[in-house]
Amino acid sequence: MAEFSLPKNSKVQQGKHYPASGAKKPRTFRIYRWSPDDEKNPRIDTYEVDLAACGPMVLDALLKIKNEIDPTLSLRRSCREGICGSCAMNIDGTNTLACTCAIDDCGSGDVKIYPLPHMPVVKDLVPDLTHFYAQFASIKPWLRTQSPAPARERLQSVEERRKLDGLYECILCACCTTSCPSYWWNGDKYLGPAILLQAYRWIVDSRDEDTGTRLDDLEDPFKLYRCHTIMNCTRTCPKGLNPAKAIAEIKKLMLERRGA
Amino acid sequence: MSANELRDPLKAARGLGSAQSGVGHWWSQRITAAALVLLGIWFVILVLGLLHADYATAHYTLGRPWNAVLLIAFAITAFWHAALGLQVVIEDYVHTRWREISLLVLVKFLAVLGALVSVLAVLRIALGV
Repeated sequence: MAEFSLPKNSKVQQGKHYPASGAKKPRTFRIYRWSPDDEKNPRIDTYEVDLAACGPMVLDALLKIKNEIDPTLSLRRSCREGICGSCAMNIDGTNTLACTCAIDDCGSGDVKIYPLPHMPVVKDLVPDLTHFYAQFASIKPWLRTQSPAPARERLQSVEERRKLDGLYECILCACCTTSCPSYWWNGDKYLGPAILLQAYRWIVDSRDEDTGTRLDDLEDPFKLYRCHTIMNCTRTCPKGLNPAKAIAEIKKLMLERRGA
Repeated sequence: MSANELRDPLKAARGLGSAQSGVGHWWSQRITAAALVLLGIWFVILVLGLLHADYATAHYTLGRPWNAVLLIAFAITAFWHAALGLQVVIEDYVHTRWREISLLVLVKFLAVLGALVSVLAVLRIALGV
């Protein structure tokens, strides 16, 4: 059965408290901590950060904590402008990018920060995305053609190119996929919203000539049809994309080629 | 080192490949849902009309040709839709293989049995046997 309670060694415990003495504008961050190097349970550490001496984004606060309060805190980050997808995590109950999430936009209480849900944790806020990336590779996300290579590049009309808008912007941060209950329960087989949006990106690409094979590969009760239009994916996407609509479009194409 | 660590993660992601089905199930679920909206409204109206009726009136009403046909359609569609829906729920949540397969088969048996019983009941009223 799907497991709704955590095993004993995964029960989250109260961790350390790092108060900010003499802070002008203190804000409390409660952060999930777990290390593979000791045998301890995960814990929630509480950090008080002086926002008067901190940048506006949650990532700024995390880096301030790592630099000035507790260097053992692990997280991924790179571009700090919402294009690399590294700092995806669960902030204030929603999967999003720490670098584009303003501290002021978090709820009035403590800011709670967890790793992306239902993924194996490497350490602290770093999830193991190996399977997610392998699923991406499994859809062969590149232009596949049958016709002989033309003398010049394969061109697209403006209208054809426009069909990729809302799809090409996906940065594979995994916020949507890890927000999907269907992916939580059946992520081993279900491809999840991010990968299905990427699959659709190649299905609607006017230059791609392998559409039928792409649909064949997706036509599966688990790979595609575990989507029950829960819509968490669309609600959580930090880039404002609509994976649920992309999945619905794939389902429509499946029906179109077989007839009602 | 576990066996999984010897494989590229792509092996697990590709799994057993595509089952080449799913769209039929998905479409059937939607078609039966649409049919149930119409048949459901009709059924509620029919039952409300029989609220204070005596046995003979109810028996006569249910046995009228159109009522009998729609009742049979309602019963078959309802059991069909329920079987499709329960199948999805079981596939979603039951992850012990033998339990999953047993439940999936059981649901199919019960749905067919339920539909047959309903159809026979309506036919007995309609044909007066």
